[in-house]
Amino acid sequence: MTAIVNIFLKQGVLDPQGKAIHHALDAMNFEGVEDVRMGKQIVLKLTSDNKEDAQKEVKKMAEEILANTVIEDYTIELL
Amino acid sequence: MKHVAILQFPGTNCDLDTKYAFEKLGCTTTIVWHKESKLPLNADLVVVPGGFSYGDYLRSGAIAQFSPIMNAVQEFANSGGQVLGICNGFQILTEVGLLPGALKRNIGLHFISKFQTLKVINNSNSFLQQCEKDEILNIPIAHADGNYYIDEEAFQELEANEQILLRYSNTKGEPVVVNGSVTSIAGVCNKNKNVFGLMPHPERALETILGSKDGIKMLEGLIA
Repeated sequence: MTAIVNIFLKQGVLDPQGKAIHHALDAMNFEGVEDVRMGKQIVLKLTSDNKEDAQKEVKKMAEEILANTVIEDYTIELL
Repeated sequence: MKHVAILQFPGTNCDLDTKYAFEKLGCTTTIVWHKESKLPLNADLVVVPGGFSYGDYLRSGAIAQFSPIMNAVQEFANSGGQVLGICNGFQILTEVGLLPGALKRNIGLHFISKFQTLKVINNSNSFLQQCEKDEILNIPIAHADGNYYIDEEAFQELEANEQILLRYSNTKGEPVVVNGSVTSIAGVCNKNKNVFGLMPHPERALETILGSKDGIKMLEGLIA
Protein backbone atom coordinates (compact mmCIF):
# COMPACT_ATOMS: atom_id res chain seq x y z
CA MET A 1 0.00 0.00 0.00
CA THR A 2 1.16 3.53 -0.71
CA ALA A 3 0.53 6.48 1.56
CA ILE A 4 0.75 10.02 0.27
CA VAL A 5 1.23 12.69 2.89
CA ASN A 6 0.67 16.28 1.78
CA ILE A 7 1.99 18.96 4.10
CA PHE A 8 1.12 22.65 3.91
CA LEU A 9 1.55 25.65 6.16
CA LYS A 10 -1.67 26.26 8.10
CA GLN A 11 -4.14 28.79 6.77
CA GLY A 12 -3.29 32.08 8.41
CA VAL A 13 0.42 31.25 8.60
CA LEU A 14 2.15 33.36 5.93
CA ASP A 15 3.80 31.18 3.26
CA PRO A 16 6.84 33.13 1.91
CA GLN A 17 7.57 30.57 -0.83
CA GLY A 18 3.97 30.52 -2.07
CA LYS A 19 4.01 34.29 -2.10
CA ALA A 20 7.23 34.41 -4.16
CA ILE A 21 5.77 31.95 -6.68
CA HIS A 22 2.65 34.12 -6.89
CA HIS A 23 4.79 37.18 -7.61
CA ALA A 24 6.69 35.32 -10.32
CA LEU A 25 3.44 34.17 -11.97
CA ASP A 26 2.19 37.77 -11.92
CA ALA A 27 5.43 38.97 -13.46
CA MET A 28 5.04 36.37 -16.23
CA ASN A 29 1.55 37.72 -16.94
CA PHE A 30 -0.29 34.60 -15.80
CA GLU A 31 -3.55 36.16 -14.76
CA GLY A 32 -6.31 34.85 -12.57
CA VAL A 33 -4.19 33.34 -9.79
CA GLU A 34 -5.78 34.33 -6.52
CA ASP A 35 -3.42 32.63 -4.07
CA VAL A 36 -0.48 30.22 -4.10
CA ARG A 37 0.42 27.86 -1.27
CA MET A 38 3.51 25.73 -1.47
CA GLY A 39 3.79 22.44 0.36
CA LYS A 40 5.54 19.13 0.18
CA GLN A 41 4.50 15.62 -0.64
CA ILE A 42 5.98 12.57 1.01
CA VAL A 43 5.25 9.18 -0.58
CA LEU A 44 5.56 6.16 1.66
CA LYS A 45 5.55 2.60 0.40
CA LEU A 46 4.09 0.50 3.20
CA THR A 47 4.30 -3.22 3.88
CA SER A 48 0.84 -3.28 5.44
CA ASP A 49 -2.29 -4.01 3.39
CA ASN A 50 -4.66 -3.03 6.15
CA LYS A 51 -6.03 0.44 5.47
CA GLU A 52 -7.09 1.13 9.02
CA ASP A 53 -3.70 0.18 10.50
CA ALA A 54 -1.87 2.14 7.81
CA GLN A 55 -3.98 5.23 8.44
CA LYS A 56 -3.24 5.04 12.16
CA GLU A 57 0.48 4.46 11.66
CA VAL A 58 0.96 7.21 9.05
CA LYS A 59 -1.00 9.68 11.18
CA LYS A 60 1.43 8.95 13.99
CA MET A 61 4.39 9.53 11.64
CA ALA A 62 2.88 12.81 10.45
CA GLU A 63 2.28 14.06 14.00
CA GLU A 64 5.69 13.02 15.29
CA ILE A 65 8.04 14.00 12.49
CA LEU A 66 6.67 14.53 8.98
CA ALA A 67 4.78 17.72 9.86
CA ASN A 68 5.44 20.38 12.48
CA THR A 69 1.91 20.83 13.75
CA VAL A 70 2.77 24.20 15.27
CA ILE A 71 2.79 25.65 11.74
CA GLU A 72 1.70 22.89 9.36
CA ASP A 73 -1.40 20.87 8.46
CA TYR A 74 -1.28 17.54 6.65
CA THR A 75 -3.53 15.19 4.71
CA ILE A 76 -3.09 11.44 4.25
CA GLU A 77 -4.16 9.58 1.15
CA LEU A 78 -3.91 5.76 0.95
CA LEU A 79 -3.70 4.01 -2.40
CA MET B 1 35.48 26.20 36.34
CA LYS B 2 32.29 25.62 34.36
CA HIS B 3 31.98 22.79 31.90
CA VAL B 4 30.11 23.22 28.62
CA ALA B 5 28.83 20.31 26.50
CA ILE B 6 28.57 21.23 22.82
CA LEU B 7 26.49 18.93 20.62
CA GLN B 8 27.63 17.88 17.18
CA PHE B 9 25.24 16.52 14.55
CA PRO B 10 26.13 15.61 10.97
CA GLY B 11 26.05 19.05 9.33
CA THR B 12 26.77 21.10 12.45
CA ASN B 13 29.37 23.76 11.56
CA CYS B 14 29.55 26.14 14.53
CA ASP B 15 30.72 23.56 17.08
CA LEU B 16 34.37 24.63 17.00
CA ASP B 17 33.53 28.37 17.10
CA THR B 18 31.36 27.67 20.12
CA LYS B 19 34.10 25.63 21.77
CA TYR B 20 36.60 28.46 21.11
CA ALA B 21 34.20 31.00 22.57
CA PHE B 22 33.57 29.19 25.84
CA GLU B 23 37.23 28.25 26.29
CA LYS B 24 38.16 31.90 25.75
CA LEU B 25 35.73 32.70 28.58
CA GLY B 26 37.53 30.25 30.87
CA CYS B 27 35.35 27.15 30.56
CA THR B 28 36.28 23.58 29.79
CA THR B 29 34.31 21.97 26.96
CA THR B 30 33.38 18.61 25.49
CA ILE B 31 32.09 18.10 21.98
CA VAL B 32 29.36 15.47 22.20
CA TRP B 33 28.53 13.44 19.08
CA HIS B 34 24.78 13.12 18.54
CA LYS B 35 24.84 9.30 18.71
CA GLU B 36 25.91 9.45 22.34
CA SER B 37 23.14 8.77 24.82
CA LYS B 38 24.67 10.59 27.77
CA LEU B 39 25.96 14.08 28.47
CA PRO B 40 29.19 14.57 30.45
CA LEU B 41 28.26 14.26 34.12
CA ASN B 42 29.98 17.54 34.98
CA ALA B 43 28.16 19.61 32.32
CA ASP B 44 26.87 22.95 33.64
CA LEU B 45 25.55 24.06 30.28
CA VAL B 46 24.55 22.31 27.05
CA VAL B 47 24.89 24.24 23.80
CA VAL B 48 23.19 23.15 20.59
CA PRO B 49 25.30 25.04 18.05
CA GLY B 50 24.51 26.38 14.60
CA GLY B 51 24.85 24.71 11.24
CA PHE B 52 22.75 22.54 8.98
CA SER B 53 22.04 19.34 10.86
CA TYR B 54 21.00 16.63 8.39
CA GLY B 55 21.26 19.19 5.59
CA ASP B 56 18.07 20.88 6.85
CA TYR B 57 16.18 18.00 5.18
CA LEU B 58 12.44 17.82 5.85
CA ARG B 59 12.59 20.98 8.02
CA SER B 60 15.50 22.64 9.80
CA GLY B 61 16.08 20.67 12.99
CA ALA B 62 13.33 18.14 12.26
CA ILE B 63 15.54 15.07 12.03
CA ALA B 64 18.14 16.09 14.62
CA GLN B 65 15.44 16.18 17.30
CA PHE B 66 15.38 12.35 17.23
CA SER B 67 19.12 11.85 17.69
CA PRO B 68 19.89 9.74 20.81
CA ILE B 69 21.59 12.65 22.63
CA MET B 70 18.38 14.70 22.52
CA ASN B 71 16.75 12.43 25.14
CA ALA B 72 19.59 13.29 27.50
CA VAL B 73 19.25 16.99 26.65
CA GLN B 74 15.53 16.90 27.44
CA GLU B 75 16.18 15.19 30.76
CA PHE B 76 18.92 17.73 31.54
CA ALA B 77 16.62 20.65 30.70
CA ASN B 78 13.63 19.21 32.55
CA SER B 79 15.71 18.85 35.70
CA GLY B 80 16.67 22.53 35.51
CA GLY B 81 19.92 22.37 33.51
CA GLN B 82 20.75 25.31 31.27
CA VAL B 83 20.49 24.75 27.52
CA LEU B 84 21.34 27.26 24.79
CA GLY B 85 20.38 26.79 21.13
CA ILE B 86 22.03 29.04 18.56
CA CYS B 87 20.57 29.30 15.04
CA ASN B 88 20.09 25.67 13.92
CA GLY B 89 20.25 24.84 17.64
CA PHE B 90 17.26 27.15 18.21
CA GLN B 91 15.41 25.35 15.41
CA ILE B 92 16.19 21.96 16.98
CA LEU B 93 14.99 23.11 20.42
CA THR B 94 11.65 24.31 18.99
CA GLU B 95 11.22 21.07 17.00
CA VAL B 96 11.81 18.97 20.12
CA GLY B 97 9.38 21.13 22.09
CA LEU B 98 11.81 22.57 24.65
CA LEU B 99 11.02 26.05 23.28
CA PRO B 100 7.66 27.38 22.03
CA GLY B 101 6.94 28.39 18.42
CA ALA B 102 8.58 27.38 15.14
CA LEU B 103 11.00 28.84 12.59
CA LYS B 104 9.87 29.23 8.99
CA ARG B 105 11.61 30.28 5.76
CA ASN B 106 12.68 33.96 5.79
CA ILE B 107 10.07 36.28 4.36
CA GLY B 108 12.33 37.32 1.45
CA LEU B 109 13.48 33.70 0.91
CA HIS B 110 17.13 34.80 0.98
CA PHE B 111 19.81 33.39 3.20
CA ILE B 112 20.73 36.45 5.28
CA SER B 113 24.31 36.79 6.53
CA LYS B 114 25.27 40.13 8.12
CA PHE B 115 25.76 42.03 11.35
CA GLN B 116 22.40 42.91 12.88
CA THR B 117 21.50 45.18 15.76
CA LEU B 118 19.28 43.64 18.41
CA LYS B 119 17.38 45.10 21.34
CA VAL B 120 17.41 43.38 24.72
CA ILE B 121 13.74 42.91 25.64
CA ASN B 122 14.01 41.05 28.95
CA ASN B 123 17.06 40.52 31.11
CA SER B 124 15.32 38.73 33.99
CA ASN B 125 17.13 35.53 33.02
CA SER B 126 20.64 34.13 33.32
CA PHE B 127 21.45 34.49 29.61
CA LEU B 128 20.95 38.26 29.41
CA GLN B 129 21.55 39.14 33.05
CA GLN B 130 24.72 41.04 32.14
CA CYS B 131 22.88 43.17 29.56
CA GLU B 132 20.72 46.18 30.28
CA LYS B 133 17.05 46.16 29.34
CA ASP B 134 16.65 47.99 25.98
CA GLU B 135 20.39 47.74 25.35
CA ILE B 136 21.35 47.54 21.68
CA LEU B 137 23.71 44.71 20.74
CA ASN B 138 25.48 44.10 17.44
CA ILE B 139 25.61 40.38 16.62
CA PRO B 140 25.94 38.50 13.30
CA ILE B 141 23.01 36.57 11.85
CA ALA B 142 23.33 33.85 9.19
CA HIS B 143 20.16 31.92 8.38
CA ALA B 144 17.49 31.06 5.81
CA ASP B 145 14.87 29.80 8.27
CA GLY B 146 14.69 32.40 11.01
CA ASN B 147 11.13 33.60 10.56
CA TYR B 148 9.77 32.97 14.07
CA TYR B 149 6.12 32.00 14.26
CA ILE B 150 3.93 31.59 17.30
CA ASP B 151 0.14 31.77 17.53
CA GLU B 152 -1.55 34.73 19.20
CA GLU B 153 -2.45 32.96 22.43
CA ALA B 154 1.02 31.53 22.97
CA PHE B 155 2.52 34.91 22.06
CA GLN B 156 0.54 36.61 24.83
CA GLU B 157 1.87 34.06 27.28
CA LEU B 158 5.42 34.57 26.01
CA GLU B 159 5.15 38.29 26.54
CA ALA B 160 3.50 38.04 29.97
CA ASN B 161 6.18 35.63 31.25
CA GLU B 162 9.04 37.80 29.96
CA GLN B 163 10.17 35.00 27.66
CA ILE B 164 11.02 37.27 24.72
CA LEU B 165 14.77 37.78 24.90
CA LEU B 166 15.69 39.85 21.84
CA ARG B 167 14.14 41.65 18.89
CA TYR B 168 15.74 42.70 15.60
CA SER B 169 15.95 46.49 15.82
CA ASN B 170 17.62 49.53 14.37
CA THR B 171 20.25 51.41 16.37
CA LYS B 172 17.49 53.46 18.03
CA GLY B 173 15.85 50.30 19.33
CA GLU B 174 12.86 50.40 17.00
CA PRO B 175 11.88 46.94 15.75
CA VAL B 176 12.79 46.19 12.12
CA VAL B 177 11.65 43.44 9.76
CA VAL B 178 14.63 41.21 9.00
CA ASN B 179 13.13 37.80 8.26
CA GLY B 180 9.40 38.17 8.95
CA SER B 181 9.46 37.02 12.61
CA VAL B 182 6.36 37.73 14.71
CA THR B 183 7.02 41.17 16.27
CA SER B 184 10.66 40.91 15.09
CA ILE B 185 11.53 38.26 17.68
CA ALA B 186 15.15 37.07 17.46
CA GLY B 187 15.30 34.91 20.60
CA VAL B 188 13.08 33.38 23.29
CA CYS B 189 13.38 31.26 26.42
CA ASN B 190 11.12 28.68 28.07
CA LYS B 191 8.83 29.44 30.96
CA ASN B 192 11.33 28.23 33.56
CA LYS B 193 14.05 30.41 31.97
CA ASN B 194 16.64 27.66 31.70
CA VAL B 195 16.32 26.92 27.97
CA PHE B 196 17.33 29.69 25.55
CA GLY B 197 17.19 29.96 21.78
CA LEU B 198 18.22 32.68 19.36
CA MET B 199 18.96 33.00 15.65
CA PRO B 200 21.93 35.45 16.00
CA HIS B 201 25.42 34.05 16.68
CA PRO B 202 26.96 35.44 19.91
CA GLU B 203 29.93 33.06 19.50
CA ARG B 204 30.87 35.06 16.38
CA ALA B 205 30.99 38.37 18.28
CA LEU B 206 33.93 38.06 20.65
CA GLU B 207 36.53 40.48 19.26
CA THR B 208 36.24 44.19 18.46
CA ILE B 209 38.69 43.71 15.60
CA LEU B 210 36.23 41.26 14.00
CA GLY B 211 33.30 43.64 14.26
CA SER B 212 31.82 43.25 17.72
CA LYS B 213 32.41 41.74 21.15
CA ASP B 214 28.81 42.04 22.28
CA GLY B 215 28.50 38.24 22.30
CA ILE B 216 30.75 37.97 25.34
CA LYS B 217 28.28 39.34 27.87
CA MET B 218 25.55 37.07 26.55
CA LEU B 219 27.60 33.91 26.86
CA GLU B 220 29.11 35.03 30.17
CA GLY B 221 25.64 35.24 31.69
CA LEU B 222 25.26 31.48 31.31
CA ILE B 223 28.52 30.63 33.04
CA ALA B 224 28.54 33.31 35.73
